[in-house]
Amino acid sequence: MSVSAYLILAAVLFTIGAVTVLVRRNSIVVFMGVELMLNAANLSFLAFSRLWGDFDGQLAAFFVMVVAAAEVVVGLAIIVSLFRTRRTVSVDDENLMRR
Amino acid sequence: MIANFVLAAAAAQDSATAAAPSTAASLSWLVIAVPLVSAAALLLAGRRADKWGHLVGVTAPSAAFGFGIWAFIDLLARPVADRVQDVDLAPWLTAGIGLDFGLRVDQLSLAFVLLVTFVGTLIHIYSIAYMAHDRDRRRFFAYLNFFVAAMLLLVLANSYLVLFVGWEGVGLASYLLIGFWNQRTDYAVAAKKAFVANRVGDVGMLIAMMIMFAQFGTLSFEGVFGAVAAAAAAGGHTGTLTLIGLALLLAACGKSAQFPLQSWLGDAMAGPTPVSALIHAATMVTAGVYLVVRSGPIFEHTPGARLAVLIVGAVTLLYGAVVGCAKDDMKKALAASTMSQIGYMMLAAGLGPVGGVFAIMHLLTHGFFKAGLFLGAGSVMHAMRDQVDMRRFGALDKFMKVTWLTFMMGWLAILGVPPFAGFFSKDKIIEQAFVAPDGQLWQGWVFGLVALFGAGVTAFYMSRLFFMVFYGQARWTDDQHPHESPALMTVPMIVLALGSVGLGLILTLVGFEDYLAPALVEGHHGEPVMNAYVIMAATLALVVVGAWIAWVRFGSAKAQVPVLPPAADGLVRAARADLYQDSLNDLLLVRPGQALVQVSAKTDEQVVDGAVRGLAWLFQGVGGLIARLQNGYVRSYAATMLAGVILLVAIILAGRI
Repeated sequence: MSVSAYLILAAVLFTIGAVTVLVRRNSIVVFMGVELMLNAANLSFLAFSRLWGDFDGQLAAFFVMVVAAAEVVVGLAIIVSLFRTRRTVSVDDENLMRR
Repeated sequence: MIANFVLAAAAAQDSATAAAPSTAASLSWLVIAVPLVSAAALLLAGRRADKWGHLVGVTAPSAAFGFGIWAFIDLLARPVADRVQDVDLAPWLTAGIGLDFGLRVDQLSLAFVLLVTFVGTLIHIYSIAYMAHDRDRRRFFAYLNFFVAAMLLLVLANSYLVLFVGWEGVGLASYLLIGFWNQRTDYAVAAKKAFVANRVGDVGMLIAMMIMFAQFGTLSFEGVFGAVAAAAAAGGHTGTLTLIGLALLLAACGKSAQFPLQSWLGDAMAGPTPVSALIHAATMVTAGVYLVVRSGPIFEHTPGARLAVLIVGAVTLLYGAVVGCAKDDMKKALAASTMSQIGYMMLAAGLGPVGGVFAIMHLLTHGFFKAGLFLGAGSVMHAMRDQVDMRRFGALDKFMKVTWLTFMMGWLAILGVPPFAGFFSKDKIIEQAFVAPDGQLWQGWVFGLVALFGAGVTAFYMSRLFFMVFYGQARWTDDQHPHESPALMTVPMIVLALGSVGLGLILTLVGFEDYLAPALVEGHHGEPVMNAYVIMAATLALVVVGAWIAWVRFGSAKAQVPVLPPAADGLVRAARADLYQDSLNDLLLVRPGQALVQVSAKTDEQVVDGAVRGLAWLFQGVGGLIARLQNGYVRSYAATMLAGVILLVAIILAGRI
């Protein structure tokens, strides 16, 4: 299989993630969109890693996963505490900073 | 020191070369410092000093007078050649200009010091009683002390720049004292008018100093006069010297209320009467004459500027005399008379060094008799509930004997009746005016006849004033009960009256001319175009005629003086309105000035402010538009970021291709 198939898949995944982030109101679903975009990037890292035959891309993918895990911890914590105080997870209602 | 020697060498050809100062001369700064410190103390002490402030206020000029006497005796003990003493007190403006703050003690400045401190002391004493019921008497004395200090600095300065400091100081004191009762709007306006008219003159002073500095690189009397003498000897600089002379004359016109800057003096009578006596009769208004006489070495070499001085003096002496004939306000008539008498002094000062001596002599006698007349007027006002309209006086001679007699001495002195003071000074000026300079015969006749005619008019209007106040029928209002003033007021009046009687004779007997002449440039006595005795006889005849007309119309028992000013012909109406000088100023200067101010105010508001406001409005609008992007919706931020990233990637890719 050529590398372009992987890249096309990654682009499709990234687009789905980006559209999810832009159109969905639910914070958790938005989060899932972000994860989708990150993993689309991971997929392209791995594809290029295979193409060039070295481990740099895989290393980068591991870094992204670690950062994504940390991000999920912090993000979910924020969402949970927001839900506790405001009884909503809609991103459109989370505009405290603007007030 | 070396620079001083060079300057001294440059000035060696001038007759007045400064000698090393004596102890008394080097302590002369005390004369200025004492009233200045007293003024500051009285102002800073505030209401706490209300009870005793006036005593401090009187002590200061008396102490200054004591110092003045000491310095004067010390001066007389020196040989004539060493009497001009420059005292360097401190370096001042060392950067670029290198000018020292110093005083010049010589015959001229000490004559002024004695006049200012002596008359000043008397007027301070008078003010204790005159201002007794004023709650701001302490502040009044503080201002008076400040004036004395500034005036002494003016006459003692040894450079034009130091003189200018005193010059501005007396202007400020004059402003503060004219507007002393500034709760009345017209008084405050009068103060402002005097201040503005003086500023016009100050521009002349500044221009003169700028030209001097540009041409000669110094502003000290010694340096400038030395440079002027050198330049004149080399035969150049006539145009520059004339320009300096005219600028100095403008300054003198502003300060001395000479034509065409004279209109402020009449309004300046808004100030309390002691102020009118001290500042607007005896001392400050004569500063212009002092300036012209002091600058004699400059005027010596510029016949053009000297002629301008003569014309200004002649015009003003007639102008003041004509206005004085029509004024019913006692103080304003005296102010017009002051203007006219200073016109005489200016005329004399323009006649060269010999005339300058008589200008100063008339200045001294005038300082005594005019101050006496003003104090007498103040005494009358005191008795008549601050009434100044002479048509409301009459027959006061029996009720105010001291005021009447002292006023009579002043009246005889200003008329120039021998042997009163004015005869010795004014008659000399008239005689000197008949001297034709450099074979210009017409000058002798024109200025001589103007001075002669002026003496007759002076006799008329001063007699009119005197008779309207003290003779004829009583024309008082019902609530007026004339009474003599307290001793604190009458004693200064008596002293000044004694001066009005004897000062001229004394000055002539002790040889004031020989005393003062060495301080001025050398001059030679010319022969008048008419015999001196004929001139004297003509003057006296005109004086008698003027006084007699006034007696018939205003003094004798048959004379009817209407209480309201009667309808009159054009000349009298013009004279009542100060010969329309105010209207002319209004038309030519004030209105265009106001229009200019309005236009620039509008320009400032519409164009300058408009540009700033427009810019603010622009940024506000743009900011408002951009602020809409910040709507608080996370998804729209995300969309913006995505769009930005896509744009960046597109740009990078476009760069690759």
